[in-house]
Amino acid sequence: MPDAQDLADAEVVYRRPAALTEVQMRYCPGCTHGTAHRLVAEVLEELDLIDRTVIVVTVGCSVYADKYFNVDAVQAAHGRGPAVATGIKRSSPESIVFTYQGDGDLAAIGLSEVIHTAQRGESITVIFINNAVFGMTRGQMAPTTLVGQKTTTTPRGRDPQIAGMPMMVCELLASIAGVAYLARETMIDPKTVRNAKRSIKKAFQAQVDGAGFSLVELISTCPVWWYKRPLEAIAWIREEMLEQYPLQVFVEYEA
Amino acid sequence: MSKRVMMTGNEAVAEGAIAAGCRYFFGYPITPQNAIPQYMAEHLAEVGGVYLQAESELASINLVYGAAATGAYVMTSSSSPGISLMQEGLSYMLGSELPCVVVNMVRGGPGLGNIGAAQSDYWLATRGAGHGDGRCLTFAPHRVQEMYDWAAEAFPIAQKYRCPVMILGDGLLANMAEPVRLRERQEPPPRDQDWAIGGRRNGRPRRIVNSLWTDVPVMEALNIRIQERFEQAAENETRWEEYGNDDPTFVFAAYGISARICKTVIDRLAEEGIRARLIRPVSLFPFPHKPFAEWAQRVERIVCVELSMGQFVEDVRLAVAGECPVDLIWRTGGVVLTPEEVMARVKELL
Repeated sequence: MPDAQDLADAEVVYRRPAALTEVQMRYCPGCTHGTAHRLVAEVLEELDLIDRTVIVVTVGCSVYADKYFNVDAVQAAHGRGPAVATGIKRSSPESIVFTYQGDGDLAAIGLSEVIHTAQRGESITVIFINNAVFGMTRGQMAPTTLVGQKTTTTPRGRDPQIAGMPMMVCELLASIAGVAYLARETMIDPKTVRNAKRSIKKAFQAQVDGAGFSLVELISTCPVWWYKRPLEAIAWIREEMLEQYPLQVFVEYEA
Repeated sequence: MSKRVMMTGNEAVAEGAIAAGCRYFFGYPITPQNAIPQYMAEHLAEVGGVYLQAESELASINLVYGAAATGAYVMTSSSSPGISLMQEGLSYMLGSELPCVVVNMVRGGPGLGNIGAAQSDYWLATRGAGHGDGRCLTFAPHRVQEMYDWAAEAFPIAQKYRCPVMILGDGLLANMAEPVRLRERQEPPPRDQDWAIGGRRNGRPRRIVNSLWTDVPVMEALNIRIQERFEQAAENETRWEEYGNDDPTFVFAAYGISARICKTVIDRLAEEGIRARLIRPVSLFPFPHKPFAEWAQRVERIVCVELSMGQFVEDVRLAVAGECPVDLIWRTGGVVLTPEEVMARVKELL
């Protein structure tokens, strides 16, 4: 145990970011939502945006994100986050607005909203969590579920003859002119976490500069509905998910 | 200074909104209300406002939701099928206690229906606002000047009761032109609501706009709060007009375009010595029960006239509470009653 003098002299090198509240997160063990939250929070603090940021909270496991982020928050209907974010941004242009959406919210019910928001070049940022499954509703197939992946609604594995192929959101958005920054990252080791933070920062910088729409897809874990231990889930991202969803900066942004 | 110009109902409701300080409009094309978004696209820019054409009515109402959360005066408009799509967003706005104004220029239905004038969205307008325990406050103008006036009145009412307000018109009121006396356009009021998000916080506590309450007593308390606002609205915002003979043998019940038809019928019946009166609800929710309850004691019957198959009549019957017979004259599917048809059918009843 360090004594009091040691603590008084100590330099703080790691602490809770100011953009996160003290509320304990409800995410499952091994889930990377917490890492993603922290990276976004660090970026908001480093860019000095906390005072004017609005998070648009969507439907899925991150539905309580308004409790965790220390910023103004608006809860959106399932899939409608980018439309709600647009309404906020257009009527309050000085606000920094971001949605935090899972693959069910963004790639299934909300695909139209995200595409048209990108197409209009709205200066908002989307943090897109792709864990290849509907987590909160108990592990059903998502548009991003891998071929052969077992979910509670693909009990024999996803069959492309029945359910088609995985939805490639970044590849879909990459052709849209209104996109200012677009990248796919993951958070499975220190290097990929650092890369993810760099991309998140660029995405928010693009918004600060009014450059247009920015989105970062984060390939994320769901150990519970992948039926894996946390470390097995990390390995599954490396071996399976990244095969389907290669990490890439699709649209680069230079401030 | 005020000037008088010829305008359609669509144009009047749009200009009325701008005059009231509305600076944000999000919509999607659908006949018979296209002149509203077109007017907004042309004129909002003059006052530094934002017009945005959404990719669907689902997006429209959610753009409205976002702008409403910042405390802005915001509006959308549509016609029946588009209003069906907006029900989700209206429910979320009610749950998040957000104000907005929605115009519904009703067309014939169900389904794709047609672009004729109809009143068959009465239940949707007065019971709707999607799922859950709530509704929109709904007002039904019956001439173009009233479209203009109600657009202006609707915004402060929406703010006061923190809920969507619907202005209910139809394909005829939308597209007929009449003289309208215009007022000066007002600047939007300051966004000083204690619930509005966005902008720079400058040290204020953060705010959350939310309709998710997993703690069920908290959700119940929200529903009670919404209900209490509706009760206040019933006290303060219940509006109706009466027209015709002061000693009638029977009373017409009609709103919107049907009420105009009834006024013509009342005048013609008077020439024949038949004494008739009209109760025209202007607020449909809250519904004006009082005049119906009172006249029901004094007349032989109440004759309900509507362009729907017995929707409005249910509220009339609730208000009359069995005190006198209530008859119903209707056409539907975009067919509009003529004064002649109402005259003939009402004479059969008397």
